Amino acid sequence: MNLASGVQIVTFAILAAMMIGAALGVVLFNNIVHSAFMLGGVFVSIAGLYLLLNADFVAAAQLLVYVGAVNVLILFAIMLVNKEENFVSLPNAWLRKVLTGLVSLGLFALLSTMVLATPWSYSTGTPVENSIVLIGEHFFTDFLLPFELASILLLMAMVGAIILARREYLPPQETSDQLPQTVLELPERPKELVPAGSKDN
Amino acid sequence: MQLQYFLLLAAALFSIGIYGIVTSRNAVRVLMSIELLLNSVNLNLMAFSNYLDSTLIKGQVFTVFVITVAAAEAAVGLAIVLAIYRNRETVDMEQFNLLKW
Repeated sequence: MNLASGVQIVTFAILAAMMIGAALGVVLFNNIVHSAFMLGGVFVSIAGLYLLLNADFVAAAQLLVYVGAVNVLILFAIMLVNKEENFVSLPNAWLRKVLTGLVSLGLFALLSTMVLATPWSYSTGTPVENSIVLIGEHFFTDFLLPFELASILLLMAMVGAIILARREYLPPQETSDQLPQTVLELPERPKELVPAGSKDN
Repeated sequence: MQLQYFLLLAAALFSIGIYGIVTSRNAVRVLMSIELLLNSVNLNLMAFSNYLDSTLIKGQVFTVFVITVAAAEAAVGLAIVLAIYRNRETVDMEQFNLLKW
């Protein structure tokens, strides 16, 4: 990307501030729906950072997969499980938060010390112009096996999610020897009908 | 622009994700914190790909794989949360003690 370095610095600062603020919102907000929208903000900021790192394809993939799929999936899950419930307050909850904050700060200190102390060997080659072509070459030559395994993994995850989220069904004990009529139908427990707008749901 | 800025930013995001995983009570928020962790790792990979390996951008390929695995993880994790919610009628992490001694 041909931006002046001052423009790059300012863009990086804005994106970094957006990302850290939104991530703190994800963790600290009380309302989980607000947290989910903040998570979308984190994903969009990270896509902007990818653009700063000369990666247009991965930025588009980040927007499509994370903002378009994962965030919407999380919102749907929140809608399905978002019962008003007051969690039973634990004794020593503040102690847990303080300790976890200390551990996180220590982790950040360790990681930043490592980052600043390591002599990185910067590459001297010119950055590629067309990253999509290069990524496609990697996918179909030296990363072909992981690429195919990823498709199998996605299929397994889809089947597993369907099986897990399905209502469980206890088949009735019948000993008839005739073949079932609907072989291709997945048995499912009938859903309890709840009138719309009922208070207790 | 330097590599260290991006690495420090990713480290900060990782620490926030760790804090969210340990302290949150809602199971969906734990999954959201896991997404934060995966994104910080992706940011590291992309920074290395741009600054240390700018001719063969293998970091971007790895990032695409991590995005794939993260999408699969989100689907299965949310299905597990739905199944637990259907059985226990709660999403409180403190009450998911089925396998706890």
